[in-house]
Amino acid sequence: MSVPARRVVVTGAGCITAIGNSVAEFCNSLFSSRSGIAPIELQPEQKLNFSAVAQVKDFSSENLLPSALFVLTERSAQFGIVAAKQAVEESRLFPDYAPESTAVVMGCAVGGREADEPEVVKLYRQQGRVHPFTVPRVMASSGASQISILFGITGPVLNFSTACASSAHAIGHAFHMIRAGMVDAAIAGGHEAPLTYGFLKAWEALRVVSPNGCKPFSDGRDGMTLGEGGAVLVLEERERALSRGASIYAEVCGFGMSSDAFHITQPRPSGPASAMRNALRDAQMYPADVSYINAHGTGTEANDRAEAEAIQEVFGDSGAYPPVSSTKALHGHTIGAAGAIEALATILALRDRRLPVSVGAEPVDPALRLNLIHAPATFTPSAALSNSFAFGGLNASLVFRAHA
Amino acid sequence: MQATSYDAVLERCIQLVAKSKRIPPETIRPETSFEEIGADSLDMINLSFEVEELFDVQIPDESLSSIHTVDDMVKGVTALISAKPAVPTEKRA
Repeated sequence: MSVPARRVVVTGAGCITAIGNSVAEFCNSLFSSRSGIAPIELQPEQKLNFSAVAQVKDFSSENLLPSALFVLTERSAQFGIVAAKQAVEESRLFPDYAPESTAVVMGCAVGGREADEPEVVKLYRQQGRVHPFTVPRVMASSGASQISILFGITGPVLNFSTACASSAHAIGHAFHMIRAGMVDAAIAGGHEAPLTYGFLKAWEALRVVSPNGCKPFSDGRDGMTLGEGGAVLVLEERERALSRGASIYAEVCGFGMSSDAFHITQPRPSGPASAMRNALRDAQMYPADVSYINAHGTGTEANDRAEAEAIQEVFGDSGAYPPVSSTKALHGHTIGAAGAIEALATILALRDRRLPVSVGAEPVDPALRLNLIHAPATFTPSAALSNSFAFGGLNASLVFRAHA
Repeated sequence: MQATSYDAVLERCIQLVAKSKRIPPETIRPETSFEEIGADSLDMINLSFEVEELFDVQIPDESLSSIHTVDDMVKGVTALISAKPAVPTEKRA
């Protein structure tokens, strides 16, 4: 006798982003196409050949976190911890779930640059000393650990560092862990604070950053826009969520991964295509079941071309391409947090039956042949795909289904 | 040799501990133990760092484990300050 597969739903969400420090604010900005991208303020001696970044505003973590937690963390982890608090409070996960059967699975690629860079500058320029909290603040897994400590979670606690796919890998693995019966619930998401001067200069040197703001899929696209933030979802087993009367955003029903095995920065379409196909197979769905794709859509020449080719490869036989948008012209490219922030955008689309506009896409690059969303629209949601394709060819696609 | 009074060091240490542990300074006395105000090993490393910055001294690693109370800290700092070479206050022309 086979045991029916466990289904997994999202019952809580939280976020700190350039377009809102709560899910309600984020949702409002998402569907009114309000961008959080603005010129960065630099010190007089600092120079950058781009100005547009997506910064979080009005984030007073000192008031939002216990003081012992605040002093041991920096901006990146704090985004994740505060988002996790919002998500857990909304889901009312505890005390319904046991701490030992709950997981924390986060994505953070870069780690705590804000705690690291000033210390290094002091050390090299002024022969200064390094603060003893630098190591606990800098480590990329700081957010995952502090979330587990805050809520007393004793099940598996992990952090994925797979560049721009980190938090998509995190949500996908958390979903699989619940479906497999390893745990009953998970706090899953990601956080990143990459807008330090040293890191911005590193991105400048790669020549992939747009001077004035990203325009994903447009004919005039000229690069990505870096952003910061965090987003967290509470995932739990569907039957249990229904029996305890939890409010459900959407169902997580598929996760696919692949690697390009090709180049450390250049994408190859076969990798993303494979991740999308694997995700649909995992969800036991066909391409025609997908009614929205939240694209990785960074706004670089190479990503957008490769992603469009991959979408054509997967959805070419299904008649019409599903509506596609990149929401990065709103919240920026948040590296390790991108997968989680865009998964949130995707489940909000399913929940509210509204399609987020692909801001900046006009005039569209005609070579891409995508069904881009140019104006706010409602839709009858079935399934939706959220894509995350990282440097180094690490690909992750998540499939969500509208909760009936 | 520099002369720094116990009371002057005590006052500054109390302010430092109060700020670090976010407790009112008036609740801290020389006999207050770091254990009773909930300072763990990481807090002690942080406090030592702050003390070193404030008084421009170097606390040897092996001394950390013998600091149990505010009084231990103040006495240790006072001794380290006294052991420092005198700094000339005026440069000769």
